[in-house]
Amino acid sequence: MRKIKMLFSCLVLTTMLRAQETFPVNGVADKRDGCYAFTNATIVKDAQNTITNGSLVIRDGKIIAVGTNVSIPKDAVVIDCKDKFIYPSFIDIYSDYGMPQVQRPTGGGFGGPAQLTSNQKGAYGWNQAIKTEVNAYKLFSVDDAKAKTLREAGFGTVLTHQRDGIARGTGSVVTLSNEKENFVIVKDKASAHYSFSKGSSTQTYPSSLMGSIALLRQTYNDAAWYKNNPEAANKEGYNISLKYFNDQQTLPQIFEAQDRGVDLWNLMRADRIGDEFGVQYILKATGKEYQRIKEVAATKAPLIVNLNFPQAQDVEDPNDARLVSLADMKNWELGPSNPAAIEKAGIPFCLTSADLRDPKTFLANLRKAMEYGLSEKAAMEALTKNPATWLGVYDKVGSIDEGKIANFMITSAPVFSEKAVILHNWVNGNKYAIKEDAWYSINGNYKLSVQNAEGIQDYNLEVKSNSSATLVGKDTLAVRFTYDGKNVKINFAPQQRRAAGTGRPGMGGAANASATLPPNANKLSGYSNGKTWNGTGVDSLGNAVTWIAELISLTTAKAEEAKPKTAPKTGKSFYPFTAFGNDEENIPKPETILFKNATVWTSEKQGKLEGTDVLVKNGKIAKIGKNLSEAGAKQIDATGKHLTAGIIDEHSHIASASTNEGGQSVTSEVRMQDNLDPDDINIYRQLSGGVTSSHILHGSANTIGGQTQLIKLRWGTDDKGLIFEGSDPFIKFALGENVKRSSSTQGNVRFPDTRMGVEQVLNDAFNRAKIYEAAKKEHEANAKKKGAATSTFRKDLELEALVEIMNSKRFITCHSYVASEIVVALRVAEKYGFKVNTFTHILEGYKVADKMKAHGANVSTFSDWWAYKNEVQDAIPYNAAIMQKVGLNVAINSDDAEMARRLNQEAAKTVKYGGVSEIDALNMVTINPAKMLHVDNKVGSIKEGKDADLVLWSDHPLSIYAKSLYTVVDGTIYFDRAKDEAMRKEVKAERTRLINKMVGEKRGGAAVAPFTPSYKYIHTCLDHGHKLGLLEIEAGEEEMEHNSNH
Amino acid sequence: MKKIVLTLNMFLLLAGVSNAQETIYPAKSQKGTVYIKNGTVHVGNGTVIENATVKITNGKIEEVGTNISVPASGAEVIDATGKKVYPGLILPASNLGLTEITGVRATNDFNEIGEMNPSIRSIAAYNADSKITNTLRSNGILLAHTAPVGALLAGQSSVVQLDAWHWEDAAYKMDNGMHLYMPSLMGRPGGRLGALFAQFMPQAPTDPTKMALERLEIVKKYFREAKVYLAGSPKEVNLKLEAARGLFEKKQKLFVHASQVKQMLLAIDFAKEFDFNVVIVGGSESWQIAPLLKQHNIGVIISQMHDLPTLDDDDIDMPFKAPAVLQKAGVLFCINDDDPQNRGRNLPFNAGTAATYGLTKEEALSAITLNAAKILGTDATTGSIEKGKDANIVISAGDILDMHTSVVEHAFIQGRKIVLDNKHKQLYERYKYKYGIK
Repeated sequence: MRKIKMLFSCLVLTTMLRAQETFPVNGVADKRDGCYAFTNATIVKDAQNTITNGSLVIRDGKIIAVGTNVSIPKDAVVIDCKDKFIYPSFIDIYSDYGMPQVQRPTGGGFGGPAQLTSNQKGAYGWNQAIKTEVNAYKLFSVDDAKAKTLREAGFGTVLTHQRDGIARGTGSVVTLSNEKENFVIVKDKASAHYSFSKGSSTQTYPSSLMGSIALLRQTYNDAAWYKNNPEAANKEGYNISLKYFNDQQTLPQIFEAQDRGVDLWNLMRADRIGDEFGVQYILKATGKEYQRIKEVAATKAPLIVNLNFPQAQDVEDPNDARLVSLADMKNWELGPSNPAAIEKAGIPFCLTSADLRDPKTFLANLRKAMEYGLSEKAAMEALTKNPATWLGVYDKVGSIDEGKIANFMITSAPVFSEKAVILHNWVNGNKYAIKEDAWYSINGNYKLSVQNAEGIQDYNLEVKSNSSATLVGKDTLAVRFTYDGKNVKINFAPQQRRAAGTGRPGMGGAANASATLPPNANKLSGYSNGKTWNGTGVDSLGNAVTWIAELISLTTAKAEEAKPKTAPKTGKSFYPFTAFGNDEENIPKPETILFKNATVWTSEKQGKLEGTDVLVKNGKIAKIGKNLSEAGAKQIDATGKHLTAGIIDEHSHIASASTNEGGQSVTSEVRMQDNLDPDDINIYRQLSGGVTSSHILHGSANTIGGQTQLIKLRWGTDDKGLIFEGSDPFIKFALGENVKRSSSTQGNVRFPDTRMGVEQVLNDAFNRAKIYEAAKKEHEANAKKKGAATSTFRKDLELEALVEIMNSKRFITCHSYVASEIVVALRVAEKYGFKVNTFTHILEGYKVADKMKAHGANVSTFSDWWAYKNEVQDAIPYNAAIMQKVGLNVAINSDDAEMARRLNQEAAKTVKYGGVSEIDALNMVTINPAKMLHVDNKVGSIKEGKDADLVLWSDHPLSIYAKSLYTVVDGTIYFDRAKDEAMRKEVKAERTRLINKMVGEKRGGAAVAPFTPSYKYIHTCLDHGHKLGLLEIEAGEEEMEHNSNH
Repeated sequence: MKKIVLTLNMFLLLAGVSNAQETIYPAKSQKGTVYIKNGTVHVGNGTVIENATVKITNGKIEEVGTNISVPASGAEVIDATGKKVYPGLILPASNLGLTEITGVRATNDFNEIGEMNPSIRSIAAYNADSKITNTLRSNGILLAHTAPVGALLAGQSSVVQLDAWHWEDAAYKMDNGMHLYMPSLMGRPGGRLGALFAQFMPQAPTDPTKMALERLEIVKKYFREAKVYLAGSPKEVNLKLEAARGLFEKKQKLFVHASQVKQMLLAIDFAKEFDFNVVIVGGSESWQIAPLLKQHNIGVIISQMHDLPTLDDDDIDMPFKAPAVLQKAGVLFCINDDDPQNRGRNLPFNAGTAATYGLTKEEALSAITLNAAKILGTDATTGSIEKGKDANIVISAGDILDMHTSVVEHAFIQGRKIVLDNKHKQLYERYKYKYGIK
């Protein structure tokens, strides 16, 4: 009896207030031990150890005994847990529970003028997004409404932190009990947190993913320099941000890599930062790890995995379905397999309820993940031992062991089984009832005796569930029954009086919760005390009654049918995970290929060779000649067709997750290589236009932009696999309207605002770089002299890149339009002793071709663009021809994801405008760009020994009627027009299958989300308009206002 | 004529005057007879006549054929042996003459304030001296449809010929169309930009379809009221309602700028409810509803061949082959070039791409000549080299659809042999002079 009362009382008083020694008491002291014993339970201590018929004793919020032979203390309140299961409460390692709402300070950012410096007051570092001063334990306050939803999902402990900024300070381990914070905090500084998102920072820098990466890299350098360095302290003063950054390095380092959209490659990007500075981050997974599990595993990073599986979309309307991509639909289908894939790959992981639309769905989603192959053991560890161990609190939480905090849940069945109900979740020894009414099954037969003034009327009550029963008196009566774990309500129709004449009374068989009852129904209400219920009521005549129900027999629960579960049937994965990706078996591989009888445009001195064979072997051009043969070679009849070197696009913005870091005028520290995107469909589309290499440039938002990356279009590879190995490093510069923000509707506050200022930005940057270089040399010399290893030199990534330029180790490609600015760039370069390697765009290059020639620059231009902004008023389509005739090395580039597919045609326009020879015209997209990118020893022409980067054209390669039949990179056929035809059919079939499956989901009654068009952000230079498709959005990392510059 | 201009140019260049397109004069109206002999005549309607002669008299095509005798003297004769003779190309939807440098606000005259501007007329702002114009002519584009841009009803467009002193001379068909810009029926993007939008529009946007339909109802209401107004004898003139007259009297077409399927389905409504002649402009997804467009006699101006496909999943060449789908379904369509970076001069190559991906070359040519004229309502006077039409003719050294061979040598607008010089050629000459390039 007492047991039951205790159970009930706890429902009301959810917390037992523990007294704190130092706090005065207003009233009468009430110190209690809170000793409880849970007996006869199946206790799952941890993923390995389960005790059947065991007991668990807790006191003062701690576990004091657990086992089969535990003596129950006399003062323990005993709770009989027969048929129940006890588990350690789960730990959520990724939460912002109890954190205050982040307030975005005013100023800066979208819609306002650029904010170039931090507006945080105090002795902080220079960038507002580095918030190492934030400590979760100082901000934390109990929020029982939020705690309740987490407890209901089985959680007892969370790691909480403020999800704001690039460096986010420390996180704290707290339990989810509703007590004074003093008892709730398990560990104050348990972790340090990072992300790519600047969050509430209003400072303009960084404005791009690569800017965030650069800021972190620089912060590591700055912090290393600042650490215990009196000279640094002298130069820098007291820097709170750097101090705490250093202090936090000993903690587990947790990186939320998914902040800017759900981009799988962010994991690899974050991990590489860690690799550079000797840090192994714990990475917050994106949900798409299954798509590239090998690459993810290779990071060796432990993962924090959410269960936020994509919802099916409402795609019944074919016009809606049309706009949802295969990749999105496949991700919906395969998303739930993500945890299993991570387990299978042997990656240590924790599970989190973070990102779920509703934390209540956590367990259901977990079970779904198990259907797709996640093991119970791994799930258990991912929710208990792993997070506790990683955070250094396994001595306190994460299992049911003596001495640990009394955090455990009581369930009606094994916790991961379909039928399991969490009955209680005890946190810090406090009971939180989750589903009290499920503790006992009340299903069975009862004798119901109702007593009024006239006497006792007996009925037989058969309870079928907590909301349904049948009641039999003389007849079977209509009854409405509810039981909520405590309160019983029984309403039933009065005995039938046939005289009432309402037709057929007492449809007893239909008696259930939905039975229609007359207004004068008997109404009974009372409480269950287990086997006996008592209560009062009113009969149909309005007379007060009392009643008792006595249990006759309980219904024995049927044994659960053990259905062998097979993993749901799903489609294959693709590499890349998009339409026109290849499945595992069909990934293109290098082949031995013999092109027979082609017209070969060598882009070498030999010019054009008719009726010539070209043999490709081991990724290289092995032989060029007549009547070649090679056993085992794939022979391609090229009669009447034209073979050229692969097209090289000197100016491209495809395959990158961000393009413009416009936060400052000098951002030579940012690198395109940090945010390559190998899944961009434009890689494949451009292969179809014969492109084999692209120079991925930073945008033109600032004078000294970011470091560029030359890539090869290896469709299906990972981000690192795109990189053109051994190519010289380049950097983007820009001049003119874009860097002086001429199109800004908000006005410009960022220096420079004129071409006069642009010259000064260049001069100043290299002057600073010169001073830096001298200091660096001195430092290196000193270090050698003394033989001392201690470094006091601050590595500056921005200036490092500029020093490389001055030493001809890094080369410039400079966005430029008008004659005046071109000459300025030449003269600044000459002043600092280097050359401008390439002028790109260079639409007024024809005016100063002689000066560029004298300097030794290359030029890369558009064929016929003009009149889209003031500085291209004098752009002419004869530009390339004039510059070529003056003797410059001229390339034609795209700067446009669409036009890049037709670069051969753009080159052809130089024949039309200015009479360039056909061979010279083709060279403008092959060997000439190869030369200016310093890779002409590897690509750009058809020459024995060079990389087999080739295109076989159906027609004259300068003709609009020419299509690429094969595009080969490193001897691998990445585009094959015949195979493409077949793939179109496969894409269509796979789309149809998935659309039908989604529609089936909806028709099966599942909740579906409204359809979401698969928009795609296209990264561009923001310099001019782009030929985008219906779903493509020009994504500007810098303020979107700049986007208006078309 | 050409010689004279060149000489003039040389003179000006030597005198150090730059950008002297002021020296390019519109031609005087054509009197007498001109013969273009022995050319391959691509009529524009799908037929090709080898070794043909075109006889032009007083601005009109008097005769085309292989049996036309060319007098030995007394008439101007252009020998087109080995050359190709085409109808003047028509740029069917543009902002030509309404903006000079798109990035410079002061030069932009194509987008008026307000979303219901039916009385706005593009021709009023048309700058016949635009430097863009001459760069189009030298690629064979002799006529253009110049239209206002806006939110809903942007106003009326006109067809212009590209050799004029002033907009009144330029007008080839004045106020030939009304332009409706269909609101989008797609939701706001999610993700980062979505979050940004959310920040400034805290209320969740309502269903985009519903919002679009509500806005479209504004337009329909206007037309319903205009119809009553025009049928009655109103006491006061309402300029906006008056502006719908051309549409109801079928003197104008309704050009609906739309690309999404649902937008185009709604465009069909206008044809049904008001019995307007409707043309879709944009139409990147029009290939999906080709049979419907055919059934409802709705023409399509495909705005930009050289676009990326709508979806990653689409055939990589979907925009390139869309015209072939329309052609097969029998839809009346034409091809445009609205690329903002070259301002329309690549029109023939947009058609060339369509020819690479499924159209015959003659079908592709029709898509920038006769079919464009039909859609713009000017096919009675232009669009093909046929008897009685204006002599709008281009002579090219090679296939005009292929940049590799397209070199326009002569062009005639209404029989006037126009000057093919332009600012670009002049700057070319200037810098050839600087560097001593021959």
